Amino acid sequence: MAELDTSSGGGHKKGPGVKKSKKLSTRVDLTPMVDLGFLLITFFIFTTTMSQPTAMRLILPKDTDKPEDQNKAKESGAFTILLGKDNHVFYYEGILTTENASANFKSANFSSGDDGIRNAILKKKANTIEKDLVVVIKPSDECTYKNVVDILDEMSVNVIKRYALVDISDVEAKLVKASEGAATAK
Amino acid sequence: MARPKIPRKSTNIDMTAMCDVAFLLLSFFILTTKFKPAEAITVATPSSVAAKVAPDKDFVLVTLDKNGKVFLSMDDEQKKEFIANTLNTTKNLGIDVNAFKKAGFIGAPFSQLKSFLQIPEEMRKGDALPGIPTDTTKGSNELVEWMRLVNEAYQGTKMKNLLLKGDNLAKYPAFKSIVDAFKKNDFLKFQMITSPESVPIGSELWKNNQKGEKRED
Repeated sequence: MAELDTSSGGGHKKGPGVKKSKKLSTRVDLTPMVDLGFLLITFFIFTTTMSQPTAMRLILPKDTDKPEDQNKAKESGAFTILLGKDNHVFYYEGILTTENASANFKSANFSSGDDGIRNAILKKKANTIEKDLVVVIKPSDECTYKNVVDILDEMSVNVIKRYALVDISDVEAKLVKASEGAATAK
Repeated sequence: MARPKIPRKSTNIDMTAMCDVAFLLLSFFILTTKFKPAEAITVATPSSVAAKVAPDKDFVLVTLDKNGKVFLSMDDEQKKEFIANTLNTTKNLGIDVNAFKKAGFIGAPFSQLKSFLQIPEEMRKGDALPGIPTDTTKGSNELVEWMRLVNEAYQGTKMKNLLLKGDNLAKYPAFKSIVDAFKKNDFLKFQMITSPESVPIGSELWKNNQKGEKRED
């Protein structure tokens, strides 16, 4: 085979004192590059939000002035939830009168524990015939939008079929105000 | 005793394949990431167990921020043009129809609408704007008027997606005046935008889901 002999002749000299140029390996250590790659992957995974906003549907009742058009709720099945300031929740069953206010009017919170509103709803649900159960939600002026959404969410968590968002009456608003003070004091 | 010599293997591994995989994954994640556009109005939504994904087109969105300011946005430019023209003829506001069409959201009383539209889009930040007045104790609820205009614009066609995006800290009266504005215009169905939350284990809804029952949102 024909081969070009470059070693002899020309400027190249052989012998001691003349350094032979070392053949460098073409292999590069890729470990740092892999490290960097995975670091960036972790960054992108953590910063990506997988969750898309969801929508919660709410259907409003039509306002009626005629009392005969309004739905009547049985006293035994009515369960009223009042929303107060600073995530306070109060509830009562049936009708609230001045006589039974102290025993019927109870305080709760948004936790899922024993004194949470979920427990109270479930207890009521277990004790009532399903078609009679109506949950009335009365948010006071002091409560936040989050409270309202949370309580509506509670309805879907506990599968309450009938519930309504109703304006609070003056008497109840006052009662909530008074009870809030007591609830924070203890 | 002579042991057979085991040839010593090099501990160097070829990293090329691993590098390829790493960068392939990296490019995948970079390309699929959609960065959240910077929002002019910052709203931290409450969470709910609702599973339905919020619609992102053909919507009318009412935003309620933590100070109780109300903003209106919609994505259909034709309807917006109609609203702008109606406003110009009925209220004589003299607003720039094109600016109204391009505006991402509306957040000013009718009286200030013209100057609101003159602010460059990127300068419109929720905190500095007055919002649409809804508080009836301080004046009229202008959202009622806006919803009436929306209703007119959608005349004949069914409006599907009326959305309400509220902040955790917004007070109930602000929410109520929005709901009132909806009610007065016979918009009885609307959706509230929330962040997803898992159904509490052991709750009734969870049991229903386990049974495979289809739930109604």
